[in-house]
Amino acid sequence: MRPDTTTTPGAPGTTPGTAQDVIHNIGYRTYDGPRLGRAYARRSLFSQSLRGAYGLGRSARSKVLPMILFGVMCLPAAIIVAVAVTVKMKQLPMEYTRYAIYLQAVIGLYLAAQAPQSVSRDLRFRTVPLYFSRPVERIDYVLAKFAALASALFVLTATPLLVLYVGALLAKMDAGAQTEGFAQGLVSVALLSVLFAGIGLVIAALTPRRGFGVAAVIAVFTISYGAVSTVQGIALGTGHTGVIPWLGLFSPVTLIDGVQTAFLDATTAFPGGEGPGAATGAVYLLVVLAVIAGSYWALMRRYRKAGL
Amino acid sequence: MSYAIYHPTVARLTYRGLLGRRRAAILFALPALLLVLCVAVRMLTGADDDTARTVLGGFAVATMVPLIGVIAGTGAIGPEIDDGSVVYLLSKPVPRPTVIVTKLLVAIGVSVTFSALPTLMAGFLLNGNSQNLAVAYALAAAVASVAYSAVFLLLGTVTRHAVIAGLVYALVWESLLGGLISGARTLSVKEWALAVAERTAADGAVSAQVGLPLAVTLLVVVPAAATWYAARRLRALTVAGEE
Repeated sequence: MRPDTTTTPGAPGTTPGTAQDVIHNIGYRTYDGPRLGRAYARRSLFSQSLRGAYGLGRSARSKVLPMILFGVMCLPAAIIVAVAVTVKMKQLPMEYTRYAIYLQAVIGLYLAAQAPQSVSRDLRFRTVPLYFSRPVERIDYVLAKFAALASALFVLTATPLLVLYVGALLAKMDAGAQTEGFAQGLVSVALLSVLFAGIGLVIAALTPRRGFGVAAVIAVFTISYGAVSTVQGIALGTGHTGVIPWLGLFSPVTLIDGVQTAFLDATTAFPGGEGPGAATGAVYLLVVLAVIAGSYWALMRRYRKAGL
Repeated sequence: MSYAIYHPTVARLTYRGLLGRRRAAILFALPALLLVLCVAVRMLTGADDDTARTVLGGFAVATMVPLIGVIAGTGAIGPEIDDGSVVYLLSKPVPRPTVIVTKLLVAIGVSVTFSALPTLMAGFLLNGNSQNLAVAYALAAAVASVAYSAVFLLLGTVTRHAVIAGLVYALVWESLLGGLISGARTLSVKEWALAVAERTAADGAVSAQVGLPLAVTLLVVVPAAATWYAARRLRALTVAGEE
């Protein structure tokens, strides 16, 4: 197909009189289909990130780790239920609220693996500017990523509770008490999911290197928990029990433990059972909400400059 | 054929990779936290051997040392393989075993500096080296750093998820399963290192689950084998794209 206009052959661009700077019409057409808009793009980003957190829609190798961790997370619940049904227990051997605290290492590993997966690759391959060249705004990107990771964590932490609950009902335990415990457990893991997702994303968004993001996330969670429980243990051993509830403010896991001890009827995992009371618990709740708000603010700040 | 053990340019690049910009922050933050913790504990309780054991054994050697080992060991080679820039290094006339050994030496240097030295300082802060605890745990941290660096460097050449694999080993195998199943403790770098500490400290001050001869043998054999295999892996490396 010949273009509409050509320059003279032999002396291109030198002959005066012929048009040199013509825009050739080579037949591009404008898009006149439906434009689905910002809300649709935000929903797509959310569902793509949520599916990506379990490796769905990605390569088989990316599915291995999240699925194994999901299995490891549910396995103890299945075992507990099997035992409870077999020996006809009157109540579950573990509180709903305690489950996530016991398996915090698994939750930490999942978060460390998936938070950088969610944001670091966008930074490393410079896809963030491409997102922002669409109708998606900064707030949409941050909210979609935050909500997706929090939902993924909620699926990870709430499914075993559901297994426990269904098992408890099958074992004909007191339905009222079980429903109450299950509801308290769900509130607790919902809070945990949002808190952990916020902290994980802020750390992961700071580095385009995936491996380093993984190490940094796990460092924040294990080191803070290790430090807090070590000092709490020493405080208990030396009789300074008054400081134990206050020390719990310095690590994400103990924050959740404190909130659910104060407000959700949970038994604390703190050394000596020195959980916070209602007044200290209010401080815990405030700190949790402040950290969530702070991580949202930090993410918004992080993406103010879209490039890197 | 003999290889040079150390290649200064490779070493410099690895140092820059490990301690460049933000990466150094986490490596400095962990020991700093340990020292702050020690000062706080010392003010709370005074000098006390049991407290020192709890902090040095439970926190420093069990949590901080493996974490720094993971960061230094996998960080020495993982990111380069991950982003493909290792090709430029491998296309230079430097023998691959030299590359691995140099990176291992750098990783060992970094992890010993950031884990054994702070442990020693923490020990002196906590109880002034009574029962030789500070020296014993610092020695344990040092030998554990060597072993962790070699093992995690190998992981970095084997899998793209080296950091996760290393963390699973350190957190799930050593901490979780090691606490439940005694057999898991035999295959635990931490216990091998504690066996060395047991001998160094005063009698009965530190307890390990593994005998000293076995521990020393494993502490020599495992890093050597890991390094040999890592060098082999690097010779047959295929650079894959991001999944």
